[in-house]
Amino acid sequence: MLLSLEDATVRFGGRAVLDEVGLDVAEHEIVCVLGPSGSGKSTLLRVVAGLQPLDEGRVLLDGRDQGGVPAHKRGVGLMFQDHQLFPQRDVGANVAFGLRMHGATRTQQDERVRELLDLVGLPGAARRAVGALSGGEQQRVALARALAPRPRLLMLDEPLGQLDRSLRERLVVELRELFGRLGTTALAVTHDQGEAFALADRVVVMRDGRIAQSGTPLEVWQRPADEFVARFLGFENVVEGTVVGEVADTAWGKVPVPSGAAQGVRSVLVRPAGVRLMAADEGLGCTVAARTFKGTHVAVHLHPREGGPRLEAACALRAAPEVGDTVGVEFDPAEILVLD
Amino acid sequence: MDLARTEVRTRKGVKNAAARLGLMAVPVAFFAVFFAYPVAAIVTRGLKTDGTWQLGRITDVLTQPDIRHVLWFTTWQALASTALTLLVALPGAYVFARFDFPGKQILRAVVTVPFVLPTVVVGTAFLALVGRGGLLDELWGVRLDTTVWAILLAHVFFNYAVVVRTVGGLWAQLDPRQEEAARMLGASRLRAWRTVTLPALGPAVAAAALMVFLFTFTSFGVVQILGGPTFSTLEVEIYRQTSEIFDLSTAAVLTLIQFVAVGAVLALHAWTVRRRETALRLVDESVTARRPRGAGEWGLLAGVVGSVAVLLVLPLAVLVQRSLGAADFGYYRALTHSDGGVFLVAPIEAVGNSLEYALAATAIAVVIGGLAAAALTRRDAGRFVRGFDALLMLPLGVSAVTVGFGFLISLDEPPLDLRQSWILVPLAQALVGVPFVVRTMLPVLRAVDHRLREAAAVLGASPWRVWREVDLPMVRRALLIAAGFAFAVSLGEFGATVFIARPDNPTLPVAVARLLGRAGDLNYGQAMALSTILMVVCAVALLVLERLRPDRTGEF
Repeated sequence: MLLSLEDATVRFGGRAVLDEVGLDVAEHEIVCVLGPSGSGKSTLLRVVAGLQPLDEGRVLLDGRDQGGVPAHKRGVGLMFQDHQLFPQRDVGANVAFGLRMHGATRTQQDERVRELLDLVGLPGAARRAVGALSGGEQQRVALARALAPRPRLLMLDEPLGQLDRSLRERLVVELRELFGRLGTTALAVTHDQGEAFALADRVVVMRDGRIAQSGTPLEVWQRPADEFVARFLGFENVVEGTVVGEVADTAWGKVPVPSGAAQGVRSVLVRPAGVRLMAADEGLGCTVAARTFKGTHVAVHLHPREGGPRLEAACALRAAPEVGDTVGVEFDPAEILVLD
Repeated sequence: MDLARTEVRTRKGVKNAAARLGLMAVPVAFFAVFFAYPVAAIVTRGLKTDGTWQLGRITDVLTQPDIRHVLWFTTWQALASTALTLLVALPGAYVFARFDFPGKQILRAVVTVPFVLPTVVVGTAFLALVGRGGLLDELWGVRLDTTVWAILLAHVFFNYAVVVRTVGGLWAQLDPRQEEAARMLGASRLRAWRTVTLPALGPAVAAAALMVFLFTFTSFGVVQILGGPTFSTLEVEIYRQTSEIFDLSTAAVLTLIQFVAVGAVLALHAWTVRRRETALRLVDESVTARRPRGAGEWGLLAGVVGSVAVLLVLPLAVLVQRSLGAADFGYYRALTHSDGGVFLVAPIEAVGNSLEYALAATAIAVVIGGLAAAALTRRDAGRFVRGFDALLMLPLGVSAVTVGFGFLISLDEPPLDLRQSWILVPLAQALVGVPFVVRTMLPVLRAVDHRLREAAAVLGASPWRVWREVDLPMVRRALLIAAGFAFAVSLGEFGATVFIARPDNPTLPVAVARLLGRAGDLNYGQAMALSTILMVVCAVALLVLERLRPDRTGEF
């Protein structure tokens, strides 16, 4: 393993910001840590970087314990959340900074700076002032600067956090492509699930300093480990129910579940696609509270007439009911998941 | 249509210019009459005989060996004081900027008190510590008052806060992640500091160093008390030439020399301040401080606390202790009796005089400084106004002695015969207080988002109402702080007041100096007692300010 964390624990004033976290990153792997703000993901990066001492546990790089190794000797790169470009230096000097620290000659520096600026799509920008760059350009310079000394592990803290949506979507593709081409091992943290799924080979979901789930984007998306992960991924239809056989008894009435589901009191997740709208006199009676246009489909928000939490249904454009309509609801067991 | 628009713009421009001139008229007139005119009067008096300029006097004076010695001493002691202050105070600035520790607020207040203490108090305190019969003399028989060290240490005492505030204020706002970014790229802790933090800090360090240099170059009270006959700065020499030798032309030449030197330093200072304003990543200082980690950092903190205790607290403690040297507050009680000698009145009356003068001076300084700051904040302020900005700083560095002496010889004939008027002293003190008012008000006024004013105007507020409804509520605290600073500075003003305070109406610093000038334990003890009173008044004023202060990034 290139990077291993063993029982990494950090406490701020008695509160555990990282709580016995174990995490492995293999060479050439892109791992994305996903979690809401305050879940400890930035602290995780700082621990690996050597900027934050551990209260307990170990950080290993290439199998060697990094305790006592100062930040500048760990050979890892970190791209800061707001880039932290040096304002007194121009673009070229920012990119060359790490090379200078590693004792590269002037010619080597110039060559590598040119190569990296080409790589990130900013050829000839070396003499520009960093203050004059747009947000996207700053992000590219920060990336070039972090890559320049060829770190064995590149860490990215909310790499695209401050950019607008369309730019973010374009850059995330570029990043993945670039990392693949260079064989970079990367550990990124983000609160944006779209970004994490698009960038990562493996996603690690964090909650309150602990790892809630780890897996490929597909695994995590298809089988969220618990209610927290499901809700964090944007699934709203989660309800408590008692599972007996292939039926769960919930606030929405009897809901069919796949065979082999865990039994007893569980959280039951119904994907929006699994909420089927019927005529008003069939199934669970609901009133349409709101509808939002989602491009490929319409999300219909339903109020069950007998009480119980709101339901979200995904509906084809033409079939979507109007606000105020009454409809019936049936559930599709193929789109239902019993969480542990 | 274009023509019409041009006309409107021009008319608006004229109106703006008129408003600006209106705001500036009062401060400009004040400075012309009470600063430029007296200074010009000295120069004329000294260099013009029988209607012709005697510029040869300048070279005459400059070639005198004792004058050259004074020039040399003034310069090198200022350089040495500056270097020593930076050496002692920079670690302090770091500790205040980056560490969070119990008692930080108290320590910050302790460090700031010396800056507003009157020079006379500081001189007396160091006399009590390192002088004849002082604490060190008693303990180990060590006396420093015959050496330059007493002066240097007193200067460090004074200017510690200048460095901590100017450098530490900025340091606290520098994003620590800039250094971390350098560390991630392979720079060691020291190298990251040198390549990232130091360049960002450089202009602030330079600005602080120049301020310290300015204050120590024009040092009067401290050198007057601790320098003895051996050490004399330009300022002390000007005082000696005018009040003891009555050689006005030499004094005038020395005033000119000091004027040029101070002007050069101020110009340099303005330049570094402008450079400091260049793009830096500033963050809220509350996020940059943390608990010290490891033995090294705790050791540094302990070292800073220790140096503050020895250099800043000990002298004041000794001062208080000496003032209590006689039984039953004997020295304090002696202050209430007139001895009919040097004092025409009981020394304690100086307290009342000082407070009255200082209040009047504060009122004048706030009005003048407030108007000037308002004029300087206008967005259409041009080059002329910025020049005015630098001009306002001049009294800060220009010899207070010159101002006092200038008042004496220029404001003595109608229509401005103020020699017999009590207002003379507050006017001189206000002159020294105005720069503080302007410096405190300007950053706050400039920070008021112009769009707030525009929003108020769009909602129907007249310019006056805009100022009352938007500006005033936001600057009220700054105004109070400015007033407090002006008050403390006026209270401690010595160089100018010593010339113009009438013998039957001495201020506290003048009374202390007179007591010190006489032999005898009782006089010495009374000087200590009076200094202690003055120190307490100033410290209380400052501590009230510290509670009001919205942020600590000002230049003082």
